[in-house]
Amino acid sequence: MEWLGLYNYWVVVALMMIGFYIVIAQGNLIKKLVGLNIFQTSVFVFFISLAHLDGGTAPIALPGVTAYSNPLPHVLILTAIVVGVALTAMGLALVVRVQEAYGTIEEDEIHQQDELH
Amino acid sequence: MLEHLPALQVAITLTAAPVIMMLGRAARLAWLLTTLSCWASFAVALLLFNQVADGSVISYEMGGWAPPWGIEYSIDAANAWVLLIIGLISALVMPFARRSVEQEISESRIALFYSAFLLANAGLIGITLTADAFNIFVFFEISALASYALIAMGQDRRAVLSAYQYLIMGTVGTTFLLIGIGFLYIMTGTLNLGDLAARLPEVSDTRTIRAAFGFIAVGISLKLALFPLHLWLPNAYTYAPSMVTVFLSATATKVAIYVLLRFVYGVFGYEFSFLELSMGWLLMPLAVLGIVVPSLVAVFQTNVKRLLAYSSVAQVGYMILGISFASMLGLTASILHLFNHAITKAALFMAVGCLVYRLGGVSLSQLAGAGQRMPWTMGAFVIAGLSLIGVPLTAGFVTKWHLLQAALEGGMWPIAVLLLGTSLLAALYIWKVVESAYFREPEDSTEVIREAPLGLLLPTLLLTASTVVFGVLGHFTVESARTAASALMGGGSP
Repeated sequence: MEWLGLYNYWVVVALMMIGFYIVIAQGNLIKKLVGLNIFQTSVFVFFISLAHLDGGTAPIALPGVTAYSNPLPHVLILTAIVVGVALTAMGLALVVRVQEAYGTIEEDEIHQQDELH
Repeated sequence: MLEHLPALQVAITLTAAPVIMMLGRAARLAWLLTTLSCWASFAVALLLFNQVADGSVISYEMGGWAPPWGIEYSIDAANAWVLLIIGLISALVMPFARRSVEQEISESRIALFYSAFLLANAGLIGITLTADAFNIFVFFEISALASYALIAMGQDRRAVLSAYQYLIMGTVGTTFLLIGIGFLYIMTGTLNLGDLAARLPEVSDTRTIRAAFGFIAVGISLKLALFPLHLWLPNAYTYAPSMVTVFLSATATKVAIYVLLRFVYGVFGYEFSFLELSMGWLLMPLAVLGIVVPSLVAVFQTNVKRLLAYSSVAQVGYMILGISFASMLGLTASILHLFNHAITKAALFMAVGCLVYRLGGVSLSQLAGAGQRMPWTMGAFVIAGLSLIGVPLTAGFVTKWHLLQAALEGGMWPIAVLLLGTSLLAALYIWKVVESAYFREPEDSTEVIREAPLGLLLPTLLLTASTVVFGVLGHFTVESARTAASALMGGGSP
């Protein structure tokens, strides 16, 4: 039952597939962004999982502590989260402008309008 | 001072961006500052290029932290070459931008527009400079976020939708890259590219590393618009403001190709990528399809900007084809084409920008009579078009010639035949534009349309002239490309 011990990686894979599927399959522009966020978050969880050490604590020198979690992936993911927030904001701003220009945020309706255009 | 050039290269544009953002409504001043910082950035790129032209490597420790712990900026002949392309194009696009942007962007947004442009520029420079895998991801996102904003500023409402599509696909691409970097970090515990290259051979025979390679290759392929991952590109280039199309078409995909080269040759190494995973055989069919299909699609386009955008996808195919030969000659041809295609496509899109400025649009029917009304612009378009086709005495020919040699050296004569055939396709779609501009009567022949203003025309003509200059005096570019190729191969050439 070794694979059970790696359950967080299974969660990562599941989230990644769910998010990616939503990005591809959904026609609603907001839902696509939600999918993209789930997809990105799965990668964040992946990085944090790989930094984990059984019994490890935060990397602060304390008496009696010898095992530390690796802080570098945490720092990387802090940066990646900031990037993700910026991307979501950008995406939502674009969706607002799409709504203003087309009156809808459903992909097929938008394409229909552009063909008639 | 000189030893801090690498930091300066990215700092100039990165710090100028927020300053310009705060200018608010002072559009002229914003343009002036942006131009100055682009020129300064180009000057630094020239100095750096000069320092590494002999094949030496500059290693710069960001903030004084020694690699592999700190972030290292490493410059060799390969990325100095790409920096030169970015610098040159941004320095030339700025004089062009002033009137083009004044016409296409509302005045209250011009300062913000230039601020986003500088961020995109800084991001691309950063990707090229850095020797840290995670840093590459961050700079990718900086340039991408700014590019989405720039594309969304197009006048057509479809610009916003194209920017959104680019955002979705671009983010998937960079996230794939991030996953790949995570796998590499699990196995090696380092993010420094040089350090990675040193530690990878020990663990390269694992599924994790092969998965990392896959994720990174697919992620970057999305960013560089490798067929069939190119779907974001035609719309984005078509509806973006003229100046943005010029800049992105000449730099964004080129930088992504450089990153692919850096990972394939510099990190994973020639043996792992090409001998163990036979990357050449994976890339070649995609490159061939990527040349043929978009070229065919381009022939049937009625909007010239869209036509050239599809041609850009095809040109990416040529660059990937050169890589897929897995030889020194092929790699040289690819690196050469980065530069030659950048100047050619920038000249073409600038000519299109001039046409948009006077005609308001560039569908083939709108172009009717442009040959007589705007002789200089159309003249530039024709000459740059010849370079795109690959006619002798133009820059395009120099690369086609090297690609041909590389194909024959590898004994792949069907590819050589294909190269000639696809040049004919390029001739076909350029001819379509020429035909309607020179041989069709305009609908309203009383309408007076003057030649594009000098500010737009001069950079266009300069770039067009450079396609001829680098076609006739090809040895400078070929020599630089060869030095860059051997820097990437790192001595371990096949």
